[in-house]
Amino acid sequence: MSNMEREVVHIETQTIRFGKMFTRHRLGVVGAVMVAIFVLAAVFAPWVAPCDPYAMDLANPNQPPGTPGHILGTDNFGRDILSRLIYGSRISLLIGVVVVSIASALGTCLGLISGYYGGWVDQAVMRLVEVFYSFPFLILVIAVMALFGPSIFNVMWVLGVVSWPMYARLVRAQVLSLKTTDLVQAAKATGCGDARIMFKHVLPNVLTPVIVSATLGIPSAILSSASLGFLGFGVQPPTPEWGAMVSEGKDFILLNPNLIVWPGLCIFLVVLSFNFVGDALRDALDPRLSRQLH
Amino acid sequence: MLKHIIRRLAVTVPVLIGVTFIVFAMVSFAPGDPINLMLGSETANPENIEKLRVELGLDKPWYVQYADYMARLARGDLGRSITFRRPVATQIKERLPNTLILATASAVIALIIALPLGVIAAAKPQSVFDYVCSTLAIVGVSLPGFYLGLLLIIAFGLKLHWLPIRGMSGLDAGFLEFARHIVLPAITLGASMAGILTRLTRACVLETLAQDYIRTARAKGVAEKVVLYKHALRNALLPVVTTLGMQFGSLMGGAVITETIFSWPGLGMLAVNAVKQRDIPLIQGTVLVFAVGFVLVTLATDLLYIFIDPRIKYE
Repeated sequence: MSNMEREVVHIETQTIRFGKMFTRHRLGVVGAVMVAIFVLAAVFAPWVAPCDPYAMDLANPNQPPGTPGHILGTDNFGRDILSRLIYGSRISLLIGVVVVSIASALGTCLGLISGYYGGWVDQAVMRLVEVFYSFPFLILVIAVMALFGPSIFNVMWVLGVVSWPMYARLVRAQVLSLKTTDLVQAAKATGCGDARIMFKHVLPNVLTPVIVSATLGIPSAILSSASLGFLGFGVQPPTPEWGAMVSEGKDFILLNPNLIVWPGLCIFLVVLSFNFVGDALRDALDPRLSRQLH
Repeated sequence: MLKHIIRRLAVTVPVLIGVTFIVFAMVSFAPGDPINLMLGSETANPENIEKLRVELGLDKPWYVQYADYMARLARGDLGRSITFRRPVATQIKERLPNTLILATASAVIALIIALPLGVIAAAKPQSVFDYVCSTLAIVGVSLPGFYLGLLLIIAFGLKLHWLPIRGMSGLDAGFLEFARHIVLPAITLGASMAGILTRLTRACVLETLAQDYIRTARAKGVAEKVVLYKHALRNALLPVVTTLGMQFGSLMGGAVITETIFSWPGLGMLAVNAVKQRDIPLIQGTVLVFAVGFVLVTLATDLLYIFIDPRIKYE
């Protein structure tokens, strides 16, 4: 067997093992299917949604579910609720992915530098992590959003910048244990530069827990952005953001509880399915981590 | 042990300084003139703008401002609220106990739910009970607080008319009235904590059940119930209580939403209103109190940990 074939076989067995471990987690599979449905709805929103999410029909507000043409009914402006929910999945998923990308990239870089160099750099980064951890998350986010003003762009970067410490801590701990291994010593001996060692040799070895945390970070980012939308500090109406929709609906809580029930259910389901997937991923990719957490 | 306590206290100092600096600097990081931010689109005359600028000390360089800020903090002066024209510290003093009451009630509810569920799940791992409990736990974590709160309002307040849906009742109106007002907000706030703690209890009890002394207990014929609740749960409690302490901050963060929904007159509602009014001294004050409270609770948990568990020997 040539080296390359051996490599292929090795990768295949790893993939199969991962698949087996993942599918053993029944809820993980359920979650993956639900996530796929939300992603498809988001991508194909213009084709799937029966109506324009912004089109008002002031003659027919607050129609009950099952009204012809409006499966889930209409809101206080006569807009089709289902269409708004479908377009809303675009916003929530986008925010979730962007926030986690910003946070994990920032946190991973700082964690790598902190763990690799140690000394005062490490001290500085870790103190910063502690300071960030000292604020109740939502309070800090709301305060910063208040200063910068509510918009989808601000929601994404503020949540991203505030969420990095978790990743930094995680990566740093991994780097500390890797630093003493032959892997890094050998790279040093062959004359690799610090940056090359950090990003080519150390980084691939710390990615697994980062991926798991990132998967679990998406639902919390979605939850946070929905909370901001609900409080009126996030994405603003008439944009069909789920949290903002619930907030609009609470003024009609007696007249039309559907305005709260459906968008809230979407937030709950998307968060739940990502949590299922994250748990299954953790068990499949990182049994050691799972033993610590379970 | 004393050495460790001192070191632990020493670490807290730079963190607190960092916290105050971030709260102080929040205003400077904001785009535009903080004065405009506070006055909004109102067309204030330049004289008033200048007056407010001097009142807030914004005409001085930042390090002087920070030194002034710290000096005022040391005296317990958090500035004056712009909208209410009252000292921020007084307002916080009025509201803080209400938030602490709510957070404590939520923590109690979370424990009442989490401990039995976690133990039941761990007693028969991979069984139907385990499945149901673990799923309930993840549902609790995934439910948005505002959604759960509104659903509870719809169900128990508006449809069944069982419980009041807004405000708080002091103990002077009787314990029953107090309890009736607090139950929905406390469930709303405690649900996600209950989820987290259920999973943790399950994990800790499972781990304890694998220990030798449990086998010994079983071998001498101790009833399974006693093994579970006396031997296993007692040892699992330590990490659970620690996590509860560590998560107290997120409970307080969640209070922002719960208090808004139920019009609970606490610090969270004060913070939200401050943000809505762009009342910067009040925003800074509430954020600072939340953060300092969080740091102190974490510190207390850490220290308590040393006293509770004699096995812990920090280097």
